[in-house]
Amino acid sequence: MTILHSSIKENDFQFYGLVVLRVLIGWHFLYEGISKLINPYWSSAAYLLDSKWIFSGLAKTIVSNPTLLTISDNVNMWGLTLVGASLLLGLFTKYGSLTGMVFICLYYLFAPPLLGLEYSRPGEGSYLIVNKNLIEACALWVLYCFPTSQVIGLDRFFNDSK
Amino acid sequence: MSKKAKSSKNTNLERRDLIKGLATVPVAGVFLVNLWRKMKRDATKKANLLSDLVQEKSAPNVVRSVSNSRHLNIGIIGYGGRGGHLVRGAGFATKGWTDTVYKNAQKNKLDKQFDTFMSQEDLNCSLVGVCDLFDNNAELGINASQNEIRPGGMPKNTATRYRTHEELLANDNIDAVIIATPDHWHAQITIDAAKAGKHVYCEKGMTRTFDEAIKVYDAVKETGITFQLGHQNRQVEANEKARQIYEQGLLGPVNLVELTTNRNSPWGAWYWGIHPDGNNKTIDWERFQQPSPNKLPWGNGKEALERFFRWRCWFDYGTGLSGDLLSHDFDTINQIMDIGIPKYVTSSGGIYHYTKENYPDIIGYDRDVPDVWNATFEYPERDLTLLYSASLSSSNPRGNRIMGHDATMQMGGQSGGGSIHGFVVTADELSTQYKDRLDSGIINPNYPIYTYSPGSKQIDGVTSATSRYFAQKGLLYTYREGKRVDPTHLHVKDWLDSIRDGSQPRCNIDVGFHEAVACAMATESYLKGRRIEWDPVNRKLI
Repeated sequence: MTILHSSIKENDFQFYGLVVLRVLIGWHFLYEGISKLINPYWSSAAYLLDSKWIFSGLAKTIVSNPTLLTISDNVNMWGLTLVGASLLLGLFTKYGSLTGMVFICLYYLFAPPLLGLEYSRPGEGSYLIVNKNLIEACALWVLYCFPTSQVIGLDRFFNDSK
Repeated sequence: MSKKAKSSKNTNLERRDLIKGLATVPVAGVFLVNLWRKMKRDATKKANLLSDLVQEKSAPNVVRSVSNSRHLNIGIIGYGGRGGHLVRGAGFATKGWTDTVYKNAQKNKLDKQFDTFMSQEDLNCSLVGVCDLFDNNAELGINASQNEIRPGGMPKNTATRYRTHEELLANDNIDAVIIATPDHWHAQITIDAAKAGKHVYCEKGMTRTFDEAIKVYDAVKETGITFQLGHQNRQVEANEKARQIYEQGLLGPVNLVELTTNRNSPWGAWYWGIHPDGNNKTIDWERFQQPSPNKLPWGNGKEALERFFRWRCWFDYGTGLSGDLLSHDFDTINQIMDIGIPKYVTSSGGIYHYTKENYPDIIGYDRDVPDVWNATFEYPERDLTLLYSASLSSSNPRGNRIMGHDATMQMGGQSGGGSIHGFVVTADELSTQYKDRLDSGIINPNYPIYTYSPGSKQIDGVTSATSRYFAQKGLLYTYREGKRVDPTHLHVKDWLDSIRDGSQPRCNIDVGFHEAVACAMATESYLKGRRIEWDPVNRKLI
């Protein structure tokens, strides 16, 4: 099990930096999830239809099958919400950060900003290979490696090593 | 250390534990408060905008039960490209077509043509007569009537070929006919069919000339047949929603409507393929040109073949942009706004792009219908001008706009190959009706106050950039109860259901007459080079 190194715990500046990162990413996930849950018309179809690169075939399979699309919509809505709550509250954060990382990596792989791939969705920034998804996935990796919830967060109550 | 001090230290530790464990819970509280405020703000926005209006009303109900009703025998007169589509709308496709779309669906899972066709409702009818002046087309029609790959399975009857429409109409077993010939035959066949007591689905434009429009109107009224004009836009949900918005006065007073056609290919300019089997043995050329004002001998067949297969390029057989494309957009606006027949029409244009010189490999004989054309329709009694502007040499998707004092509705239009588009309503920054809400920031004139995106059921005043984009692009299709449907099928079904229950179909002769007269006025203005006025009392053009 990953344990937070004592030198990090003792350095408030480093430690709280990681806590803030965790809470902000948690907030982002939580709102992404809830905003989809409360919008009865939201569907992952639009994103999937615009998919390019290695997963575009899988994306088409999902969109063309109503059952798969419903599963994809629910996994996204609930997955994002639960991961968000996990990171924000510091509860089961180890699993939350790993799951979040898988989600974001999939978003990246379904529509990576690689050379030669053009998307019809309007972009909100300028990216070459690296985009905010990739960066957020890496940030979640960092959070997995530094489980601050063992000190600040509900995980503290399940952890003996504090 | 005393016992008391030790206990106090433990309590402090526990408290510190608790505080650290719950440290981020207040952040969750801040999140929830802000979420609640956002939801409340969105709800206020929606209540202030248009979504409540449209959400309450469901999709137009076209699902009438036909299962126990009378079986109808139909005939098709003119089994070309459009005729084939209409007959598919009735539930009959050629074996070649079903094989091709089945294979396409196997190759591309997103290709739903086969599924959409097979999930069409069985309309309880048979295709029993086919009339076409080109042998190959007639054979395809017969083939379609025999193909058992169709909604409803094995056809009850199959079709007989007729050389002329008179012979087909003489068959007492035929209840109704679909007319999808070139426009110059529409009037004569409709009148003959009405006199023979057959119900008529006539493809647009309704007639080639104004005089024909009067004759068709009178014949349909006198005989009382069920007449449907082929504007399938009447079945499109987006237009019903647009009508609700307009009727509620949410656009404010509308003084200008802009309609556009934007195409940029020889195919879009009606340079369709000349069938290799087309010759004076397989085509009844004399019959084809019977109602046209100018007759051309077959000769070496080159010009005759071009005219036969690309008939929209000549005023002898059609009216070019007027009957083919303006007619659809005009009828859509008539559906939304009930504009009726204009008082004055002027039009102008020219043949600026599609000439033999520019396209020597495609064009053998110059057309006489324009490829850039503009028309102005005046409605002084309604304080309204309708502008139509068409280019066949630029595909810039300008869309259609209903411009109100308080808001503008931007629609995709029907000219992009017939696809079904959504629409977006944006408030005017100087609107009177929305002034208070603009001032208080509830309405932002830079963002749509209403977006309708077909297929996604997106009926919402608060939409994301992505859904706005898809609405404008019109990526999807028309839906009924979550099922994808072809509006052409709905339009044929509406006609057959109306025949059975004696009701009026959605594009009946009254609204069809509006389209026919408006388009005829525009064509006549171009040909005569002057303004045309409608005299509704004497039913004349001045």
